[in-house]
Amino acid sequence: MSNNLIDTSFTFRVQALAVLGSVLLLLFIIHLIKKEYLREGYSLLWFFIAIVLLVFSVFSNLLLKFSDLIGIYYAPMTLVLIFLFGLILIVIHFSVLISRYEKQIKELSQEVGLLKNKLEKQTKTK
Amino acid sequence: MQRICIIIPAYNEKGTIGKVIDSIRKIDKSFDLVVVNDGSTDKTIEIAQRKKIEVIDLPFNLGIGGSVQTGLKYAYLNSYDIAVQVDADGQHNPKYLPSLIRSLSDNTDMVIGSRFIQSSSYQSSFLRRLGIEIFSFLIKLTCKKKIYDSTSGFRVFGKKAISFLAKNYPIDFPEPESIVKLLKHGFKIKEVPVEMNQRQAGQSSVTPFKAIFFMSSISVAIIIESIREKQLNYE
Repeated sequence: MSNNLIDTSFTFRVQALAVLGSVLLLLFIIHLIKKEYLREGYSLLWFFIAIVLLVFSVFSNLLLKFSDLIGIYYAPMTLVLIFLFGLILIVIHFSVLISRYEKQIKELSQEVGLLKNKLEKQTKTK
Repeated sequence: MQRICIIIPAYNEKGTIGKVIDSIRKIDKSFDLVVVNDGSTDKTIEIAQRKKIEVIDLPFNLGIGGSVQTGLKYAYLNSYDIAVQVDADGQHNPKYLPSLIRSLSDNTDMVIGSRFIQSSSYQSSFLRRLGIEIFSFLIKLTCKKKIYDSTSGFRVFGKKAISFLAKNYPIDFPEPESIVKLLKHGFKIKEVPVEMNQRQAGQSSVTPFKAIFFMSSISVAIIIESIREKQLNYE
């Protein structure tokens, strides 16, 4: 009962591009890890996304089955959707982190200001 | 005469920190103790201050990695020869301090008080033991050195290790990751058998699911740490 439209939408050219893109992403993440630009948790997260994309690119029958399941006719769109969904989660997570860091920076700044004041008081009374 | 700094990272340990401080002082009065208060919300810091020891009061919680590194930075800035980590929860027994410190030498940069070199009476859940075996295997695989207890925080650092770790200390899982970092940069690590006390304030509420998640995370962190390039800025 496979839909002909889905089966032909994931052409060889698109598949090759998808595999290439996933592999490049993977290599880039590994490069960032080696240079210590990424903390372990984030390394794992991006690595996971790159692997998922690679798996769906290489095993096109998986991609096609999944597309059929959600009702998408154009299989490459499924890859984009998976990637977008992952991105949304990551970006929301970043908003949470940024909120936390803003609070920490504010506390640090206040503490520094108060410390400076304390120090000036101490040197004045010498 | 070697100057020794005992670093006590503390997060809400008002129940045990007083006893820990007293028991360390009993071992050797020449030890310099410093408590790193990691944003405790209880009376941990008051207890430490009342005992008249150095306290570094962090503005907010950094976790065990950040607080231990703060202690190492303190040791480095004050030119200590030796730094020791003793946890504030009472699991580390100070009676082992002399033998741990003695094991430092010209060709040993860090000494770990290890629970699992010899069979000890330390009770651990099966999953925890399994995890530690896995970490041991991964460290052997990536660094070619067998470390039996990679999660023990009971450690003694020599001058070179202090200088290196003060600038490069891992955040997520400091105990196993710092071992990998040190080994990859050519530092020498030795283990000395110790007995640790069980957690005094109740069992940690870790479900098996969480335990497996932690084990996988630490395993991955060990692998990731092992492929990192060497830092060029130490010493």
